[in-house]
Amino acid sequence: MKLAISNATGVPIYEQLKRQIKAAILAGELRGGEVLPSLRTVARDLRISVLTATRAYTELEQEGFVANVQGKGCYVREQDSDLLREQFLRRAEEGLGEAITAAGQAGLSAQELHGMLDILLNEKHQGE
Amino acid sequence: MNALELKNVGKAYKGFSLKDVSFDLPEGYIMGFIGENGAGKSTTIKAILGLVHSEGDICVLGRDKKEITAVKEHIGVVLEEATFPDQLNLLDVESILRGVYKTWDQARFLALTDTFRLDRKKKIKDYSRGMKMKLALAAALSHDSRLLILDEPTAGLDPVVRDEVLDMLLEFIQQPDHTVLISSHIISDLERVCDYVTFIHEGRILFSMSKEALSEEFGIFHGGEAEVAALPREALCGLRRGKFGCEALVRRNCMRGNIPLEPAGIEDIMVLFVKGVN
Repeated sequence: MKLAISNATGVPIYEQLKRQIKAAILAGELRGGEVLPSLRTVARDLRISVLTATRAYTELEQEGFVANVQGKGCYVREQDSDLLREQFLRRAEEGLGEAITAAGQAGLSAQELHGMLDILLNEKHQGE
Repeated sequence: MNALELKNVGKAYKGFSLKDVSFDLPEGYIMGFIGENGAGKSTTIKAILGLVHSEGDICVLGRDKKEITAVKEHIGVVLEEATFPDQLNLLDVESILRGVYKTWDQARFLALTDTFRLDRKKKIKDYSRGMKMKLALAAALSHDSRLLILDEPTAGLDPVVRDEVLDMLLEFIQQPDHTVLISSHIISDLERVCDYVTFIHEGRILFSMSKEALSEEFGIFHGGEAEVAALPREALCGLRRGKFGCEALVRRNCMRGNIPLEPAGIEDIMVLFVKGVN
């Protein structure tokens, strides 16, 4: 898992850390049962405060992404497949929404847009 | 457990006094002790170390200030002004400290000073300010220190050395029973790594809280004179007036309505607090 903290974004550091770990879980990079790096390791390697890292982990726990086992560390929880599917559905919808906006700006008709989607789907299938 | 507890600590000098200084530093964390030059940082640190007599209660690593010698072994100190005698070299310093600390680790000291690229034969008087500080830090880390107390360790040092010092602190804190109190007026260094911030101004503590709580407590409001005047009085902590508008430090929980605020950095908080409202 790659983690990088930026000082320039204006997004609080704990929030950056939280988002990146969440993204790694949703992308399947971090799997259920894996142990997150310890708070002090994360703090040292990202050069952030231990309490900031603690806040990110605590909120991930509250949102059900990880479970903290006293003395053993923070585990990634087995992700609920419905929940995961929902996340992916939402991402697909968002992507299609963007495509529709761009198509509108380009003056594409609904039919042309459907055609474009079919072509892309075909290419993807052939690629696999 | 708290590594450090101060309750109503006071010290009166001519023209300056420390009043009702109280704060706790939990074990395992880094506290940034900030304030302008002359705000009372060094006096507070000297009081903690028993170098000056003070009123009030101080508890260091579970011991009352009267028994501080009992925990001396576990306190690593780097003071701004105090360095080792000029005529000595690194190896002389090593042999003296070996006699001072029961838990002295010669191999570690030599390894650390090598990492810091300190010359073993050169006299201390020929060391630069940065080299003296690194020597003091290496010494503080070469016995069984559990509490590091650093007074302005990075003042006057170049960014590369300051960076090395921060790495050392982060490495030190890997042990959950290790604690750091670091005073500084250079805040950018500390902003990212410290867990707690204690702010002293004119001999009094203005606040002492976790950095996470700090960002929730304070915000920056941008607006014109009229908009600033309309803010609740109790929300306003500091104000900077400019040609194109004002910048106000406000307490978020005293604000009414849903006024957009920017996050306040530690430096904003310190500078605007000192400026005050007038």
